[in-house]
Amino acid sequence: MEITTIKTPHAPIRVIQGGKGPDLLFLHGAGGVTVDDPFLSALAEKYRVHAPLLPGYGDSEECHELREMLDITLHYWDVAAALGLKDPIIAGHSMGGMIAAEMAAVQPNDLSRLALIAPAGLWLDDHPIADIFAMMPYEMPALLFHDAEAGAKAMTAGLDMSDPKFLQGYLVQNARQLGMAGRILFPIPDRGLAQRLYRVKARTVLVWGDSDKLIPPVYARAFQKGIAGASLVSIPEAGHMVIHEKTKAVVEAIGALG
Amino acid sequence: MKFTWFNLMPWPYLPDDFREKNRSVWVDIDQNLFDPVKSHEVYNTYMDLLEYAGQVGFDGIGINEHHQNGYGIMPSPNIIAAGLARRTTDPAIVVLGNSIALYNPPVRVAEEFAMLDCITGGRLVAGFPVGTSMDTNYCYGQIPSLTREKYQEAHDLIIKAWTTREPFAFNGRYNKLRHVNIWPRPIQQPYPPIHIPGGGSVETYDFCIDNTYSYSYLSFSGYLRARALMKGYWDRVEERGTPDKSPYRAGFAQTICVAETDAEAEKLYARHIDYFYNRCLHVYPGFADAPGYRTIKTIQTGALSQYAPPTGGYGSMSWKQLNEEGHVIAGSPETVRQRMEDLIKGLHVGNIFCLMHVGDMPADKCMYSTKLFAEKVMPKLRNMFPDYADDTRFWCHPIDKRLSAGRLPAAPTSAPREAAPAAE
Repeated sequence: MEITTIKTPHAPIRVIQGGKGPDLLFLHGAGGVTVDDPFLSALAEKYRVHAPLLPGYGDSEECHELREMLDITLHYWDVAAALGLKDPIIAGHSMGGMIAAEMAAVQPNDLSRLALIAPAGLWLDDHPIADIFAMMPYEMPALLFHDAEAGAKAMTAGLDMSDPKFLQGYLVQNARQLGMAGRILFPIPDRGLAQRLYRVKARTVLVWGDSDKLIPPVYARAFQKGIAGASLVSIPEAGHMVIHEKTKAVVEAIGALG
Repeated sequence: MKFTWFNLMPWPYLPDDFREKNRSVWVDIDQNLFDPVKSHEVYNTYMDLLEYAGQVGFDGIGINEHHQNGYGIMPSPNIIAAGLARRTTDPAIVVLGNSIALYNPPVRVAEEFAMLDCITGGRLVAGFPVGTSMDTNYCYGQIPSLTREKYQEAHDLIIKAWTTREPFAFNGRYNKLRHVNIWPRPIQQPYPPIHIPGGGSVETYDFCIDNTYSYSYLSFSGYLRARALMKGYWDRVEERGTPDKSPYRAGFAQTICVAETDAEAEKLYARHIDYFYNRCLHVYPGFADAPGYRTIKTIQTGALSQYAPPTGGYGSMSWKQLNEEGHVIAGSPETVRQRMEDLIKGLHVGNIFCLMHVGDMPADKCMYSTKLFAEKVMPKLRNMFPDYADDTRFWCHPIDKRLSAGRLPAAPTSAPREAAPAAE
């Protein structure tokens, strides 16, 4: 995989690209994605993968102009256009799934295959989603992974919070990334998607880890109610980070879209 | 010098094991710890104490806005200010302030501050904080990375509402108003003095410098730790070619306790200081700083969040340590005077927000400390900046003929007569 920069009307965008096959546009979650992400590599075995970074993520520039959900949704269509993609498969994880669903609702005639992996975007009063913006890093693994211990190891590999310089860099990156994510997810990850879901025409697969504690699987049924004919692939022994815990199974589920 | 007696209005009944049993004093504090009936006395005592401070000669009495907070039961400072407005005639009413990004629409602040200024006869000192992350983001749901833009727009709208003499349309990003035309408007012209609480961001320094607002550093960690931050401000004042370095361009909040002797101060106040620093400042770190709330530039300067506790936490700090490190200035009038002089000179600040009600301090102790400060400390600190004695830009300008409450005539027993027409 390699990372390049493309121009869009609002900002230069960093895009991780690689692989051969049908075009697949992947939208990352609030944690971001890197060029060595194993899930992207797995996708790249079957697809030509394009994974644009939301402004502020990784080493990309921030973009103050993208404030609201509609700005961000249209921005991603701008990204698809800048990449020259025609009817790519659009797959999104978590926050990226929410954006992908919005894209499909806003321009239903421009995509025919949609994969939503533990997407955010809906809110059920009886199943409130935890506030990731009010959490300490050490609280995250239990929420994100089926195997919290392994998840914690993966999350903290190479991090040294006792080094003040590292800590400052970490805080800056966190502020850039989650600051941007907050425009989509804070304080409640619901920007009205529920009333637009009926517009989605794409063949849709929902992919969910059975032990997702951040966005519990009950949300899968809510998405199925909203999108006519959406199928659900439930993956056992996987949490919210199902793309890392059960990479293969997720790639297979996307494969069913054809 | 301008001394403002400040009350955060802490809830005085947090249990001894509060810290162990609760994760935060703020945002998700246990509802069961608040007792509305007890609060009746708490609120009224706190308002009495503010009025008392006005009587003993403080220049201002100060209040602020917090939400869902066990050390500040004042979600609406304007309600308290309205009460104080009627019961005082001399001190400035320092509302520090209204978190203007939270008011919808923010003309509400322009209106309420105008009302307060009119009712007090021009005694309002207005404050416009961005608001803490706890209040603004976690309690009131503002999107962290858009809070400052919304704040800026609210500020521009309020100033325009105060200074425009005809209806205007305001097409903001966050406020769409076709007919802005506030009625009433403030007595003070063009508007009341404005103080901006800040926590070390360069953007806020510049905002104050550009608009001739006073920069207030409201920390609880005392004057010694504030030196670097205030130096940053004064360096910036110089860097920007500001025409003067008036100390009234800055304010500072300091916890102060006065007794006859240093030993008496410890005996009287140590437990209340401990209550404040140990229980009241117990904020869950996950609420301290929503990502995106502070600018990248500010984080890069290395300024930690004001609510990041000192290493080891406040709970482990003794009276001696809190005093030595300057979190608290406590002792005999002479001890306090010396340390206040250090503070005022060291930070070069003309506005002091005296945190004299601390934690669960009862009224009698608070009055004792307040009176000693007013009588034995304040007079000796009055003339610290003779060169700037005439600088009134950052303080209120009341009208001369101010009224007090209770001026109605005797209840009429028959139909009142028309007043005779005024002689030409």
